[in-house]
Amino acid sequence: MDLAIALALQIVYGIANLVLISLGLAIIFGMMRVINLAHGEFLMLGGYTVVISTNHGVNIWFAMLVLAPLVVGLIGVLVERLLIQYLYGRMVDTLLATWGLSLLFVGLVTTIFGAQTETTISPPLGAISIGDYSSSAYELFLIGVTVALLLLVWAVMKWTRLGLVARATMQSDDMASALGVSTRNVYMITFGLGAAISGLAGGLLAPVTGVLPSIGATYIAKAFITVISGGASILAGTSAASILLGGINGIMSFLTGPTLGEVALLAAAIVLIRLMPTGITGRFFRKSL
Amino acid sequence: MNWSRENRWRAVIVAAGVLFTLAAPSMLELFTIINLSTAIALAILALSLGLIWGYGGILCFGQTAFFGIGAYAYTIAAVNFGGSSWAILLAILAAAAFAAVLGYFMFYGRVSDVYMAVITLTVTLILYSLLRRTSGPEYKIGNALLGGFNGVNSPPLNLPWPPYTPLYPEHVFYVGMAVLIIGYVLCAWLVQTHFGRVAVAIRENELRAELIGYDTRLYKLVLFTIGGAVAGAGGIIFCNGVGRITPDVFNLYNSALAIIWVIVGGRGTLVGPVLGSFALFYLTTWLGTQGTVNNNLVLGLILIVFVLAVPKGILPTFISWWDKARQRRSMQRRELKVRRRRGRASLLEEAADEK
Repeated sequence: MDLAIALALQIVYGIANLVLISLGLAIIFGMMRVINLAHGEFLMLGGYTVVISTNHGVNIWFAMLVLAPLVVGLIGVLVERLLIQYLYGRMVDTLLATWGLSLLFVGLVTTIFGAQTETTISPPLGAISIGDYSSSAYELFLIGVTVALLLLVWAVMKWTRLGLVARATMQSDDMASALGVSTRNVYMITFGLGAAISGLAGGLLAPVTGVLPSIGATYIAKAFITVISGGASILAGTSAASILLGGINGIMSFLTGPTLGEVALLAAAIVLIRLMPTGITGRFFRKSL
Repeated sequence: MNWSRENRWRAVIVAAGVLFTLAAPSMLELFTIINLSTAIALAILALSLGLIWGYGGILCFGQTAFFGIGAYAYTIAAVNFGGSSWAILLAILAAAAFAAVLGYFMFYGRVSDVYMAVITLTVTLILYSLLRRTSGPEYKIGNALLGGFNGVNSPPLNLPWPPYTPLYPEHVFYVGMAVLIIGYVLCAWLVQTHFGRVAVAIRENELRAELIGYDTRLYKLVLFTIGGAVAGAGGIIFCNGVGRITPDVFNLYNSALAIIWVIVGGRGTLVGPVLGSFALFYLTTWLGTQGTVNNNLVLGLILIVFVLAVPKGILPTFISWWDKARQRRSMQRRELKVRRRRGRASLLEEAADEK
């Protein structure tokens, strides 16, 4: 029984982890049809923000929950203004340019902070025990944050004016701009918000994974594969794909070890894309957010 | 045979390659020659990506997967067989077969090009994390230990069939140049055949090509497989040039490099990517010795600048400038001729009037 609970918790944490690392990407992809290959570096920058500000005496919670999304969100807006806005409608070029951006960020951070970081921070909460097994309370906290984040995005999309305008732009940007919506601004804000959520995720994961300039590469394959198997709907797609892929990953990791679990996740996703090229929400839950 | 302008250029390029192969060993130092064989291997990789992306429009972000599979297959087979002849064959076949399976998955699933890019990249990263894990003694194929992130030592190439006479490292340079030149000739021939022209038609407009009656999936699959085979051959040269093969061939940095060569050199040409790979090889080596600027930083900047400012790549841009300049010159010449003729005619008229 204890084993079952511990295992279930592990799988739920795996799923939450997937949602967390891919939500920012999903927002940008779902809204703007832009695949941001620099997504991993947004997460990395979030992590650096937290580690550096904590080392300078900033409260770790403030650094994770406020500073990381703020800094990376601003970087996102800057990137959109300087680079992405010239490339709308040219998906392949966007892909290439954001890959260049990803290399650029890795290079910049390596130049400034070095290839390794000496200082890491430890997860702020202690351990909790489930019978004979123990689990980190921080993992539970991350699950909670992920659920809260999903609810927040859903509420914003559903009930605020910004969400309404964003959904309209997503459905038909020509019509939206004909009705007086500045789609330019909507895209800029969306990109900034997506980047901010990526920054938040990177900041929250920094105590667990540590930070390195090249850490983005470890997230990027999983984030992409989740978003693409999820399809165009931001919330439903990301959640459905995360549950499916995170479940496979968790079960396979339990049976055979962590690396094979990750391989199973990626292989399952490729088969899924072969079967449903437009993602899960291309076939099911089409009307969902 | 009708020697079009393209073919004349191709002949010049091949001649230059042969001349370089013959002249380089007597002009350059041994160290440079050995270093060059690695660059040549990467150039073969660039050629293969230039073929499938530049001519087939197949956006493959994981061309290094086939390159690495060729290198691994060669190494493992050569360790087991004790000679390189069959290993070479097997390696090229393995790379082609992997490309064929992956290609079948993507083309027959009608995956769009952006998704294709992500899938190929993901496959490469899967191989990376899979092979990094193989460090224990239980991971071996025949006699070859996979060795995790330390990789495997590659046995040297030898003269065909009996495995007694291994080639020295400087000879790998000749083999590499031979593979590069032959590969170039084959690719250049391929894009001129009916098959190649259909591939270009699919690149330009897949729907139209399909409506005309071509099975675009099959054409893309065959082209992709050929590209995989060429990349696999490059992998063989690579592990011989370096002396070992590690999972690092599959990492994100190398995938990005391959893309950058083609972007910089130019899509729709075969020489462009090859030259791009040489240029960037020397640039990154030089930056490595300088140690002041980070490689990633420079490569990222190059990629962004090219996508924004020179999206066609250097060679096609240069060719179109050249063409325009020539057109302008020939037009000026023609105008001059016309004016001169007119001038003469008016002189004659004046003369006639005077009479």
